[in-house]
Amino acid sequence: MNAYVGTPTSRVDGRAKVTGAAKYAGEFTAEGLVHGFVVEATIPRGRIVRLDTGEALKVAGVLDVLTHTNRPSLADKDEAWKDEVAPEGSPFRPLYDDLIRFNGQPIALVVAEEWETAKFAATLVRIDYEQDGFATDLEAERGSAREMDKPHEPRGDAKAALAAAPLRHEADYLIPTEHHNPMELYATTTVWESDGKLTVYDKTQGVQNVQKFLCGVFDKKPEEIRVLSPYVGGAFGSGLRPQYQVVLATLAALALKRSVRVVLTRQQMYGLGYRPMTIEHVALGARPDGTLDAVSHEAIAVTSRYEDFSRNDTGWAEQLYKSPNSHFSHKLVDLDVSTPCDMRAPGAATGVLALECAMDELAVALKLDPIELRLKCYSDRDQSEDLPYTSKQLRECYARGAEAFGWARRAPAPRSMRDGKELIGWGMATGVWEALQMPVAVRIVLTANGHAEVSCAASDIGTGTYTIVAQVAADALGLPIENISVRLADSTLPQAPVEGGSWMAASSAHAVLGAAEDIRQELARLAKAMPGSPLANLDAADVTLVDGMIASDGKDGAAVSIADVMRHSKLERIEKEKLNQFTEDKSHARNTHSAVFAEVKVDEELGVIRVTRVVSAVAAGRILNTKTGRSQIMGSVVWGIGMALHEETMMDHRFGRIMNANIAEYHIPVNADIHDIDVIFVDEPDSRINRMGIKGLGEIGIVGVPAAIANAVYHATGKRIRRFPITLDKLLD
Amino acid sequence: MADIADQTPERIPINLVVNGAGRTLEVAPWTTLLDALRDRLELTGTKKGCDHGQCGACTVLVDGRRVNSCLTLAVMKDGAEITTVEGLAKDGTLHPLQQAFIDHDAFQCGYCTPGQICSAAGLLAEGRARDADEIRELMSGNLCRCGAYPNIVAAIEQAMSRS
Repeated sequence: MNAYVGTPTSRVDGRAKVTGAAKYAGEFTAEGLVHGFVVEATIPRGRIVRLDTGEALKVAGVLDVLTHTNRPSLADKDEAWKDEVAPEGSPFRPLYDDLIRFNGQPIALVVAEEWETAKFAATLVRIDYEQDGFATDLEAERGSAREMDKPHEPRGDAKAALAAAPLRHEADYLIPTEHHNPMELYATTTVWESDGKLTVYDKTQGVQNVQKFLCGVFDKKPEEIRVLSPYVGGAFGSGLRPQYQVVLATLAALALKRSVRVVLTRQQMYGLGYRPMTIEHVALGARPDGTLDAVSHEAIAVTSRYEDFSRNDTGWAEQLYKSPNSHFSHKLVDLDVSTPCDMRAPGAATGVLALECAMDELAVALKLDPIELRLKCYSDRDQSEDLPYTSKQLRECYARGAEAFGWARRAPAPRSMRDGKELIGWGMATGVWEALQMPVAVRIVLTANGHAEVSCAASDIGTGTYTIVAQVAADALGLPIENISVRLADSTLPQAPVEGGSWMAASSAHAVLGAAEDIRQELARLAKAMPGSPLANLDAADVTLVDGMIASDGKDGAAVSIADVMRHSKLERIEKEKLNQFTEDKSHARNTHSAVFAEVKVDEELGVIRVTRVVSAVAAGRILNTKTGRSQIMGSVVWGIGMALHEETMMDHRFGRIMNANIAEYHIPVNADIHDIDVIFVDEPDSRINRMGIKGLGEIGIVGVPAAIANAVYHATGKRIRRFPITLDKLLD
Repeated sequence: MADIADQTPERIPINLVVNGAGRTLEVAPWTTLLDALRDRLELTGTKKGCDHGQCGACTVLVDGRRVNSCLTLAVMKDGAEITTVEGLAKDGTLHPLQQAFIDHDAFQCGYCTPGQICSAAGLLAEGRARDADEIRELMSGNLCRCGAYPNIVAAIEQAMSRS
């Protein structure tokens, strides 16, 4: 029964969010709560030689100033600081020692009775540094890039094939540092409970990840720390790893034996993770008919000096475009900055941007329609492993997207379409992401009043997990969705990994399905045992839960109400917990795809670019909720517009300091920047990937969008901008 | 110069009418209306996203006009009527904008939502927006990082057509 799955069900947490009832990490309170304010380093590399907190401590209401010299004990082994998604290396430890590793590093925490007092006193902490030589400029340090191990093996001889190719396109595409900038400030409220245990409300995408991390860092037993994040005000990858404010709030709570809240300022949030600036070097060798002979993609990205962060930027051509020869390489440059982290579609958002711009440039050189080129090179197999796909409806994405956009009416020559003073450009690009699934467990408690509580440690970061979990449970249990309550994001609930990588929809839905299945079996057994039961001759496999009944699948119409069965069995509740089960299957590649079409209008005199229309046709298996799913893709398109035209974290390399650490000068799209966005879900049944055919939507929507816009800007203006974002000054050059 | 650490300010009593109820509180001159609402009155529906007037998450209605409460010192608003997101629903019935935001899925994470809704309520009262383009322009002080903008515009259009 699918009364809810696949429908445009409104968010079950909608009412809480529109009334202000939804509470976020920095909004929980406790008796005697005090406030911490972070003092940051103002140099990128060196050591603290003097740290004078005397003036700050004199301020009425200041309780303490924690620094590396007076803090409580912190773990001294890297292993304790490694969370479940930590990259290779030695994780950053706040207030650990006198070393400065990046500008904006937290070096003291002022704790006061009131937030304003702590903020004021933080200005009175005096620090002297011994500054060392430093480097923060990726382009200047490109020569020191070092190769990372990546799974994509070369095929054939790309170098020779490129040299021999009749047509070659080769270029660098530069994608700047970007910051997630979720609307909610990074915040932790650590509550010192009367028994000395800690309840930590944290802005995180993974409460169990933070819980294990804190236990390691502070040498606590699992039952001594509980972490919750019932609502998360956006994260987009920035909350995958435990951030430093959770360490500082907890450190202060332990030092003072009081409840402590630490909220970072918007500026301080720029000292956390980010999408690393990356130079993408793409070379394509082709024949005049548009078939590829060689693909070469090299990425050179920023990392910190203490951790090696890297993602798959370069392998995507293996999945999209047939080529007998390919070569991929990922290099890192160590700089005096904090470690980058995952940001929406990490690797793909950047790597596919370069690849899809390069394909557009090749299409121009070959005088081929950009879609025709992509169809010419279309790959039905993932070439890196030579595997077929569980499903791949990308051809249909091209067809449906092109039709909805009106692509057939495109005049191919640049500068050939206009609307008064504005040049019109139409561009397109392909998107690709992985369809991942992870171990997740769910507990369902069915009570005799026909109500079910579904609980899991997973977070809902705005993605709609509360809603899809309720939908799947309602259908599987045959109950109205109003009778389902969902509890998430509490570390004491059944296991879940961090919410990321687009894996939570498939992973949580199948855990719900498994637990509901066990409930159904239990109910069937009890129903069968009732005297005179109309289901007496049926097996559990032959009944379905529907409309509050245990009903025969046959045509006999036999059914017993769940309430009757539970009453008769003298049961108030049935509780089942289940870990999802996915069949290990390495025989097929699992991916989501999209075709993105963008229209830009460019003021010919001023260079102002407007994205007037975007059509995104997505093939991502079964869509659990067409309303929230559409919103996810739409939001991703907005991100893609930001990536193409607005977003750039700017560093002053003389000081190794970010110049625009705020959301007025770090531009993200505002309402007036966004016009028509049309989301098309292409039908993609997939019985192989998992039982429900779910692939996930969090990342695929952004991939390809910035390339489609960049290609549209070229089509409008005849100018190919390869340094992102495409700002008007670059068009006027 | 006097010791700077001794310069912590005295508190000043103020009266606010918040969501229809009179509230008396003592605040330091440096306390913003936003912090007074969130930390003193425990009305955390109003959000802090930047504290610099850049994001609009803290938008509330002051005497019916939409303002960034992070750029407003509480002492400046002695005697004012404040409406926050908690004060929009009446007797358990959602404000038409709140219902429209749910209907059109005009939010994801929900953090900018109270500011968007208060800002939209102020916009409707201003009567300046006549079409989608004007809504976009006049709502551009409220950032939404989840990118719900088209749905926000649709929700406001729905509420406009019914008011």
